[in-house]
Amino acid sequence: MLNRTGSLLFAGGFAFLLFVLVAGLPFGDPSMPVGHHVLDEAADVVGAANIVTSIVLAYRGIDTLGELSILFAAAMAGGLILGHPAGGAKPAPPAGFILRAGADLLFPLLIVVGLYIILHGHLTPGGGFQGGVVLAAAFVIPVLARPGQVPSHTALAVVEGLAGAAFIATGLAALYYDREFLAPLLGQGRLGALVSAGTLPILYLAVGLKVGAELAGLLIRFTEADAPPPR
Amino acid sequence: MIELTSYALYAGAIGLLLIGIAGVLLCHHIFRVVLALGIAEAGANLLLVLTGFRWDGTAPIIENGIQGHMVDPVPQALVLTSIVIGVGVQALALALAVRLRQAYGTLDLREIRVRMERDLDAQAGVAPPASQEEPAGGRPLPPPVARPLIASREARP
Repeated sequence: MLNRTGSLLFAGGFAFLLFVLVAGLPFGDPSMPVGHHVLDEAADVVGAANIVTSIVLAYRGIDTLGELSILFAAAMAGGLILGHPAGGAKPAPPAGFILRAGADLLFPLLIVVGLYIILHGHLTPGGGFQGGVVLAAAFVIPVLARPGQVPSHTALAVVEGLAGAAFIATGLAALYYDREFLAPLLGQGRLGALVSAGTLPILYLAVGLKVGAELAGLLIRFTEADAPPPR
Repeated sequence: MIELTSYALYAGAIGLLLIGIAGVLLCHHIFRVVLALGIAEAGANLLLVLTGFRWDGTAPIIENGIQGHMVDPVPQALVLTSIVIGVGVQALALALAVRLRQAYGTLDLREIRVRMERDLDAQAGVAPPASQEEPAGGRPLPPPVARPLIASREARP
């Protein structure tokens, strides 16, 4: 009982603290010194119509690299904890007709939508992370329909490694041309065109493939983890 | 009116955060704790996005080469990062929960704590700590029972 009261007091006090903090903020009219600067020059300097993409990949590219490594570490730890399915464990029987037919129907659609979201990440809301999750869903739904046929984890790991290497190689190429690490190359192009914003679409494609492969591998491990633990 | 809207929006974001924290602290079921973490994360993200909101602003995407007033894009990029990290954290937490369920046959935190302490005591070869109900010294303590670490699948509640 005391424990519960203390927890509620802590949560209430935290909320009160946040209320006091945000009460001092000018709502709806933030000063945004960094934001104004970015909004003024991003279209000319980076050339991406989606300014959030310019921030994520051009201004804070190295942060995105760190974010990818955190995601990689989480996926690796998840794989370590879940491990391989115990030998001899029977996979679940195939799902019913509706799920199987739906999976066949959804697979190409999800691939196309995921790649569209990734490749238009510098023009529309979306990008590598969002499209990567859609790609992962495309590969996990068939596993739900037919638990026996699992894509090989080695292939997923190869795709993931190559995508991560491509991200870093693009950053190193900028160093070779005497720019900062991960600075966009290849010129800005015409604002709003599909081929514009220099290397940003390449970076987002690498991010999308890496996120998709990582999440797909992790989710497939979850579907396999129902077997009894290896002991 | 504007004041009221801003307070309602902030109250929504902080309320989600409050629900999430209370859930993490009060729930005894691990899956609910993970879900509560997700709710708290949604509240924190909403709070971050709200700090960049402008009444006269549009989404920070240039359409047809026209750039009017836009909301602050920096918090939005931060939140994009935060969402992705949240997915990683939840996946890791769920993987641990799967293993706990396989090892102890339950997801109830209190039950898991009792069983885990008993297993640790058994593995270390020490007697369980004395308590009011089972005072030590009355009779010699029985040797620690070698309990199988994994409950059978039928034993789960």
